[in-house]
Amino acid sequence: MFNKDQISILKEAVEKENAKTQESLQKRPERKAEFTTGSGSPVKRYYTPADIEDMDYMNDLGLPGQFPYTRGVQNTMYRGKFWTMRMYAGFATAQESNQRYKYLVEQGSSGLSVAFDLPTQIGYDSDHSLSEGEVGKVGVAIDSLADMEILFDGIPLDKVSTSMTINAPASVLLAMYIAVAEKQGVPSDKLRGTIQNDILKEYIARGTYIFPTEPSMRLITDIFEFCSKDVPLWNTISISGYHIREAGSTAAQEVGFTLADGIAYVEAAIKAGLDVDTFAPRLSFFFNAHNDLLEEVSKYRAARRLWAKIMKERFGAKNPKSMALKFHTQTGGSTLTAQQPDNNIVRVAVQTLAAVLGGTQSLHTNSKDEALALPTEASVRVALRTQQIIANESGVTDVVDPLAGSYYIEAKTKEIEDQAMEYIKKIDEIGGAPKAIDMGYIQQEIMDASYDYQKKVETGEIIVVGMNKYQIEEEAPKGLLRVDPSVGEMQKANLVKLRAERDNARVDAALAALRTACEGTENVMPFILEAVRSYGTLGEICGVMREVFGEYQQSVNL
Amino acid sequence: MDRPIRVLVAKPGLDGHDRGAKVIARALRDAGMEVIYTGLRQTPEQIVNAAIQEDVDCIALSILSGAHNTLLPKVASLIKAENAEDILIVGGGVIPDEDIPGLKASGISEVFTPGTPTQVTIDYIRANIKRA
Repeated sequence: MFNKDQISILKEAVEKENAKTQESLQKRPERKAEFTTGSGSPVKRYYTPADIEDMDYMNDLGLPGQFPYTRGVQNTMYRGKFWTMRMYAGFATAQESNQRYKYLVEQGSSGLSVAFDLPTQIGYDSDHSLSEGEVGKVGVAIDSLADMEILFDGIPLDKVSTSMTINAPASVLLAMYIAVAEKQGVPSDKLRGTIQNDILKEYIARGTYIFPTEPSMRLITDIFEFCSKDVPLWNTISISGYHIREAGSTAAQEVGFTLADGIAYVEAAIKAGLDVDTFAPRLSFFFNAHNDLLEEVSKYRAARRLWAKIMKERFGAKNPKSMALKFHTQTGGSTLTAQQPDNNIVRVAVQTLAAVLGGTQSLHTNSKDEALALPTEASVRVALRTQQIIANESGVTDVVDPLAGSYYIEAKTKEIEDQAMEYIKKIDEIGGAPKAIDMGYIQQEIMDASYDYQKKVETGEIIVVGMNKYQIEEEAPKGLLRVDPSVGEMQKANLVKLRAERDNARVDAALAALRTACEGTENVMPFILEAVRSYGTLGEICGVMREVFGEYQQSVNL
Repeated sequence: MDRPIRVLVAKPGLDGHDRGAKVIARALRDAGMEVIYTGLRQTPEQIVNAAIQEDVDCIALSILSGAHNTLLPKVASLIKAENAEDILIVGGGVIPDEDIPGLKASGISEVFTPGTPTQVTIDYIRANIKRA
């Protein structure tokens, strides 16, 4: 891209300038001895074409909507339409969450995002002893199809797209969604939405795993196969770096580990006999947005370029849609402070800008009170308005990938891509992501980065405004959202009623058939669907699978 | 003290957020304590059994799921039932200030909320362990 002679003239000039500046630094040093990004990687004083002298425009950047998708997956990006403003919500009972979703739909929202409580995420019914105290706390409690019918009551499933943050029991919740749609008269090929379905990052960072690696990977490929035929518009997985970053990783680790997980899923599906171009277009990703604006923008661009190359070169994908990395973003929960929570609104705004400048397809913005509790309706509104202000007032949405060509952004994009590729190579050498997770390698790398960050915060090397600098005396915040503790009792009572009223012979037959399918090699999805339709509970269905598959044992190291 | 302080860092309930627990565990270890980390999804019974078996001086409970008002007092009452009240119990995580008095009344000696430097927790444990 650059003229070689001009680059060497430039390099000479930079060298001279540097020597001169070094002299003046003796007298007037900079604010810090070393400048680093939010992830701790070095930042130079300035960048020039010499830092990106090897960049080849068409191969490395391309045009918007074209390989390698560095500049975005669509040709018009936000000039066509804004990203989906998708707010993650769900709490207490299906009734209460249904009210919130209806409100969102009435307000013109076309994207729902369902948060489930922990018992649901781990495949326990509300009356299981381990569910005590957890029912309805971090999301809505779903025990059976009956709850799911209430959750989506009056919401036309052929009109909305629904994202469900569900992983280990994703097959069961997807089956419930399909069954609710059947009752509404909506065929499964009209359903649009996403299940998170990313078990590897559960082992790494998020913790809501159930089954061991092998049967978990089988469940995932069964879903890929089933959906490619029966639910073709469904995003079958959301390969998530979000939680890896929340656990304390760097930006480059977020990309490297997430794409390594992605590689494992693609390999598993190919091994199960699927053609890469039948399922790869439905893969989607989920990244974090932290405060270092320019590093984050570079991160998203690097992830897109690297994934496009992996799909084309490593897996021989032919369909361009298999190569285009689509992603959801959530602003970084771990960047929020419990101190002076109003400051969090500003952090979320910066992170929103990063996601948008990085070309996200959908975005959840956190609310200012999330370091303290679940958000109130008022704080959720400010978080949503933050997206609307960036979309409608900032001007950044009128031009595609506006930061492209910045010497710094392009150098950083390349650096993150290279570092992420190093991690992928290391994981390949170990034998793939599942093995690297079993060994604890990925967890250890994240843990080291997270502890390093914490130490820097405690020495004041990293400043967190309001927390380790500019503190004030504060009163305890009031008016935090509380989940009614009687939710657990209500769910329990409903389960007693359900078990008394349903056709228990049909449930038993469905569960027995599911058991046989799990023991064999058939696709389990049709059997889960029948179990769900017969009002078998989530705990019963996952219980059968627990008995056949066993449970994952976490490798604990510090 | 003729032996290092022994601490059980535990994750009660179904909560999978263990960044804080791991950071605390490492910080306590770097401060010279012996640390046992339980891993995820421990019932109060499992935590109390581990604490007694490992003969710890302190149980440090980390919880971010909102189930603290159920699970933390349960650990404290099981410790009482085992006559092991010389084990110091502390907690940390996303816990609203207004819940802290109730937790303290139940037998949790101190609750550390987001943003607490690890040194504060280290100093607290050193100053307050009940076993000499």
